Amino acid sequence: MTPSNAAAPLPDSGQGTPNTAIDGQDLQGGGWSDRAYDALLTAFALCVPLLLVLLIVALTMAAWPALKQFGFGFLTSSDWDPAAEHFGAAPAIYGTIVSSVIALVIATPLAIGVAIFVAEFAPRWLRQPIGFLIDLLAAIPSVVYGLWGIFVLVPALRETVMPFLRDTLHLGATPFFSGPAYGPSMLAAGVVLAIMILPYISSVSREVLLAVPRSQREAALALGATRWEAIVGAVLPFARSGIIGGIILGLGRALGETMAVTMVIGNRHEIAASLFAPGYTIASLIANEFAEASGDMHLSALMAVGFVLFVITLLVNFVARWLVWQTSGGTRKVG
Amino acid sequence: MSPLQTVPAGSLNAHDARDARETRPSARQRNAAARTARTLRRRRVVNAIMVSLLALSAVIAVIPLVLIVYHLGRSGLSSLNVAFFTQDPKSVGEVGGGMANAILGTLMVVGVGAAIGMPIGIGAGLYVAERRATKLATVVRFLADVLNGLPSIVMGIFAWEFLVRPLGHFSAWAGAVALAAMLVPMVTRTTEEMVRLVPQSLREAALALGYSRSRTALTVVLRTATAGIVTGALVAIARIAGETAPLLFTALGNQFRSTSLNKPIAALPLQIFQYAVSPYEDWHRQAWAGALVLIALVLTISLVARAATQSRVDAGSE
Repeated sequence: MTPSNAAAPLPDSGQGTPNTAIDGQDLQGGGWSDRAYDALLTAFALCVPLLLVLLIVALTMAAWPALKQFGFGFLTSSDWDPAAEHFGAAPAIYGTIVSSVIALVIATPLAIGVAIFVAEFAPRWLRQPIGFLIDLLAAIPSVVYGLWGIFVLVPALRETVMPFLRDTLHLGATPFFSGPAYGPSMLAAGVVLAIMILPYISSVSREVLLAVPRSQREAALALGATRWEAIVGAVLPFARSGIIGGIILGLGRALGETMAVTMVIGNRHEIAASLFAPGYTIASLIANEFAEASGDMHLSALMAVGFVLFVITLLVNFVARWLVWQTSGGTRKVG
Repeated sequence: MSPLQTVPAGSLNAHDARDARETRPSARQRNAAARTARTLRRRRVVNAIMVSLLALSAVIAVIPLVLIVYHLGRSGLSSLNVAFFTQDPKSVGEVGGGMANAILGTLMVVGVGAAIGMPIGIGAGLYVAERRATKLATVVRFLADVLNGLPSIVMGIFAWEFLVRPLGHFSAWAGAVALAAMLVPMVTRTTEEMVRLVPQSLREAALALGYSRSRTALTVVLRTATAGIVTGALVAIARIAGETAPLLFTALGNQFRSTSLNKPIAALPLQIFQYAVSPYEDWHRQAWAGALVLIALVLTISLVARAATQSRVDAGSE
């Protein structure tokens, strides 16, 4: 090991060949074990890209028969008839997007509010407990949210919230809040998703806010800004792309969330304008119909919607990670 | 409140007052001062409103947690009994029985999944941290982040396509592989974070003593970071322990007790799902009990992980 290599802040020993000039390590068989160590570590590291490649191969193979048979119409048709072996994924794609959008609309302001409160205002003794409680929300398994959704949230929506929105606020006049309140609905899915993605958006936003340099706030305050003005004018612009990244990460979670949604969305192949109506998401469609899928084409169609979900979430995640990396820059991105 | 906030406002007023004493202000100046005072008052009101809204959002965000914990406690605790832990499910619709098979199944599938996923994740994380300047490290780190964001159901499809369809039967193996696929990117990232915390001087000291790179990594770097790596791995295991979607078409679930890795196996999250959507009152009761046990399992693992970090942090701050 050359001294310069050892002293470098970022040892790039993968590139440098072991220097045999100072070879004390050969006494311990270092040269041989170093090569084995390098090879083993590289092999482990290669598993990560390999996993992504295998995912792509698996989904493409599984989805291929349906994609070949139905082509582009698979995305636009809303006809899902296992008996006639005709499949279209439009209602599931629609439901996936709508439920995620509802979740974002509810969760984003709250999550950013919590993040700002924790990062900027909360007294030191309160900071950790709030962070801990919000993180606990992320630790609750999806199926438990679903269980709570079925037996607590859905009845509450059916008996209180939905009649309130429709009749008391007279929102029933709009197509979005009209129709009978069954309970299991797009709205229920959106609310459960909002609770589930809040901790993700909040914790990313909090990290990004804490990474904003102190001088940024101090400058604004020194100019006579109130603390709120300092945040809006000096802190948020600095953290914007990171927070957007966090929101998109939350979106990615919402799009692919399976169990909780399956349990509260009502599982019906239908595009309805009303948020009170039951629907389907891609993930809930797969989870719900997989067990009873009989024909090969039915299975392949389910895998094909899975493929669509995979592509959407892959894109969403690429964008989100890129944004977050841009903001947290220097520390995360080396070389 | 930091002193920073009061300084600008206070100094501004003091400044105004001194001005007023020294020179007589014109009408225009007086008007301007009054306007400033008015806007300042308005700005302070806005500030107060926004700060209370932010505090309110923190309260609202915690409400669902409180509700879930409350309902879990109320419906779960009253449904828990010894039979739940010791008996297997009774036949459909019959009252009684427990989820012993599912608890066993979860421990098995998660255990095997962790055994497969952890070494790979730790190895990849070590690579990314130790060779962080290489292209491969950057790619692996980025892809691990992307994989972490993918829906867990996709991992289920992956294991189904390679391990269930070709073999023609569901198995605990396939479930374990699906969970391991989730574990790898998570553990890669947490391991990396922890290995990066190891001071460079420790590596240099070991290398200066003539240790080979591999020996330095294994006996100095890994040993120093062990507590952190274990914590990260435990947090990841806690997450996969609660996963249902990847098991739906791999482990499938089983009403009977099975300890074979080649057969379908029950898992706690699967059983909770199946019972929750069933029409039977007694199964609903058991689903709540199962949820309580699952949460307890997940939280126990997380708390153990937290304790490990805590002792590491304490040791580090000495």
